[in-house]
Amino acid sequence: MQTSGWLQLTLFVVALAAITKPMGLYLMQVLDANGKTWFDPILRPLERFTYRLMGVKMDKEHDGKQYTLAMLLFSLVGCVFTYAILRLQHLLPLNPQGLGPLSEHLAFNTAVSFATNTNWQSYVGETTMSYLSQMVALAFHNFASAAAGIAIAAALVRGISRQSGKTLGNFWVDLVRTTYYLLLPICVVFAVVLVSQGMIQNFKAYTTAKLTETYSIQVQKTDDKGQPVTTNVVVMVQSPKLDGKGQPVMTNGVAVMMEAPQLDAKGQPVMTNIAVMVDQTVDTQTIVQGPMASQVAIKMLGTNGGGYANANAAHPFENPTPLSNFLQMLSIFAIGSGLTYYLGRMVKNQNHGWAVWSAMMVLFLAGTLVCWWAEAKGNPIHQQLGVAVADGNMEGKEVRFGIFNSALFATVTTDASCGAVNSMHDSFTPIGGLVPLFNIQLGEIVIGGVGAGLYGMLVFVVLAVFIAGLMVGRTPEYLGKKIQAYEVKMAMLSLLVLCLSILGFSAWAAVSDWGTAGLNNQGPHGLGEMLYAFTSATGNNGSAFAGLTANTPWYNTTLGFAMLIGRFLMIVPIMALAGSLVQKKISPPSIGTFPVSGGTFVVLLIGTVLLVGALNFLPVLALGPIVEHFLNLQVPGKLF
Amino acid sequence: MKELFSEMRGAIMSTLILAVVCCGLYPLVVFGIAQVAFHDKANGSLIVDAGGTVRGSRLLGQQFAGEKYFHPRPSAAGNGYDAANSSGSNLGPTSQKLNDAIKDRVEAYRKENNLKDTDSVPADAVTASGSGLDPHISLHNAGLQAPRIAKARNITVEKVLTLVRANTDSADLGILGDAGVNVLQLNLALDK
Repeated sequence: MQTSGWLQLTLFVVALAAITKPMGLYLMQVLDANGKTWFDPILRPLERFTYRLMGVKMDKEHDGKQYTLAMLLFSLVGCVFTYAILRLQHLLPLNPQGLGPLSEHLAFNTAVSFATNTNWQSYVGETTMSYLSQMVALAFHNFASAAAGIAIAAALVRGISRQSGKTLGNFWVDLVRTTYYLLLPICVVFAVVLVSQGMIQNFKAYTTAKLTETYSIQVQKTDDKGQPVTTNVVVMVQSPKLDGKGQPVMTNGVAVMMEAPQLDAKGQPVMTNIAVMVDQTVDTQTIVQGPMASQVAIKMLGTNGGGYANANAAHPFENPTPLSNFLQMLSIFAIGSGLTYYLGRMVKNQNHGWAVWSAMMVLFLAGTLVCWWAEAKGNPIHQQLGVAVADGNMEGKEVRFGIFNSALFATVTTDASCGAVNSMHDSFTPIGGLVPLFNIQLGEIVIGGVGAGLYGMLVFVVLAVFIAGLMVGRTPEYLGKKIQAYEVKMAMLSLLVLCLSILGFSAWAAVSDWGTAGLNNQGPHGLGEMLYAFTSATGNNGSAFAGLTANTPWYNTTLGFAMLIGRFLMIVPIMALAGSLVQKKISPPSIGTFPVSGGTFVVLLIGTVLLVGALNFLPVLALGPIVEHFLNLQVPGKLF
Repeated sequence: MKELFSEMRGAIMSTLILAVVCCGLYPLVVFGIAQVAFHDKANGSLIVDAGGTVRGSRLLGQQFAGEKYFHPRPSAAGNGYDAANSSGSNLGPTSQKLNDAIKDRVEAYRKENNLKDTDSVPADAVTASGSGLDPHISLHNAGLQAPRIAKARNITVEKVLTLVRANTDSADLGILGDAGVNVLQLNLALDK
């Protein structure tokens, strides 16, 4: 944990704090149907034209049910749209590599994944997705799912701030305004800045480079028709060596073993087909191209996280420099952080907004420091082999980011529901890998996904004031609105659904052949791979312990359902909560009102998050990363 | 029912309109600006030799195993530095396979660079990067390889180290990230 890391962490927090207020003030204008922005002269006509085609009346607001219905229909249409493109990509333009269509289950998984703002990727981007699929089928949801998330958060905040009302705003207006006034302008600037750092933005076919030094690899020999050539060989097994009399040869009481042909029941040698391998000289490198920068800008700003390339933000094109890395991390948090300020403004209690932000920052710093400490300490087993102790754990990390920026990125991307990665979480130390997993299990409420983070955190706020009310024996109130049985039921429902999906699916996978067949690692780390997958899918995060081979019908389907549950079965109770809160009267604060700002509230909120959000997962974490940590500390170390 | 149809129209039309604006206009605007303002970078920061042949990208590592070249980090991208198949090893901290690989790499690194059996080896030299395309190695790693390259090329170590410094990318804005030596650029500079 070097000084440069501390300086970078300070810079990050200061930069984030500095953009929170301006972003919040801008959100006030964007999320008000009559708000004013600099872009009005250009975008107002486009906005009006859009409403006309959609048949939307700006001043007609939705109640809780209508708002939810509109949001669900929009997500459904988007899913079908993406599914269709992915299945038909071989017939569509902008496919210079001639990539084929996706299988049904992969297209389902991917369509759901992007529509739910998860961006779990069961596929390898470079070898699966045409430019059209990347730019239209996937990037569409990067905008749409982000805007929809922000809209839901705005509706909830209106539910809290409006006095004895009925409606929560118009979903279509929120969707269109967020996309046009917030996401698009920032993305244009951000994408160009990313190109200035070395990110690609073109429509060329992949480039072939001539290597300076050729090397050879072993590949399967194929015949003229492209079929693999195989040869028939005898299967060899270890068997005891026999002497002239047919007795086993023994040394020190142990039978001497030798290789011998395996015999079948009739005493005939067992034969098998194996592929013939030949040396092939590699003298070129194929360099990926495409419209990357435009997609990466919204991938980060909209906390989507779906990588253009398989290695995501670890790929040098997708994250060329430490500066691009810093800006990408900041953009993940930018809108979510601004939304806390928006909350304060809307409920006319700015201290409440900052209190929520502070609770988030405490959890953020705790996660970052633990992850950084674990990765900087490195892997004792590898250090025994001669790896320099001072270098920390560099497996799966890039030199230009080093230990600190890898740990910080991992924390940021899982605090928010982004899921982009600049290092491979699967190769983190046990505790280093526990932090991102734990962050998602908390519900991604530390800044969180755009919109999703705020509405997730507000559920905890409702629970926190409820618990505080129980402790002092008063009817709990949140900003003057009574929190009653219905609100607490809805809040708990949204939390329990997540818990059920994560633990239920993980348990199912762990005892099924389809579950364990996909593992890249064995032992407790293998359990971690499955747990991480369903945690990430349910939490709509999208990062992974990426060794897991998830592109199978079983995984694609179960993960698809986990994503749907995590998104929509969370939003529905939250919208019910909003619809109920909006109708309540706001009673003026009295001497007995529990203040929702200040230190006591922050501590109580953090306590609620940790107790309610995290305790459910402690047993499974003990079987996964925690036991792995202790195995990792043993000398000479337990390996799997 | 009437409400459902009217909302459905909203859903379908907004999908189409947002697709045109966000997936058509937006990437084309970025494409236009990028190609004019940062033509080289927007097209992959390609390294082109005097004969017009593309030799690689400044941002992507390449495989080198010869004595007279600096060696990049181990790579898990395809068969190694496959720039159309980026990937890390994704092997965990208690993986036998990773343990064996690191053991072999440590031994090989010590042997190649004439180190003692007790010398510790830079972590980046024996671990695969996240992308499998990491263009950099650490300064420490480059420093340990320099004598081998000097000997194989019959030039002084100082000369090699001068080239190492010339091809080092230092921290951005003096504070962000870690310094690294760009292996492909360094090896091409050595060949000049």
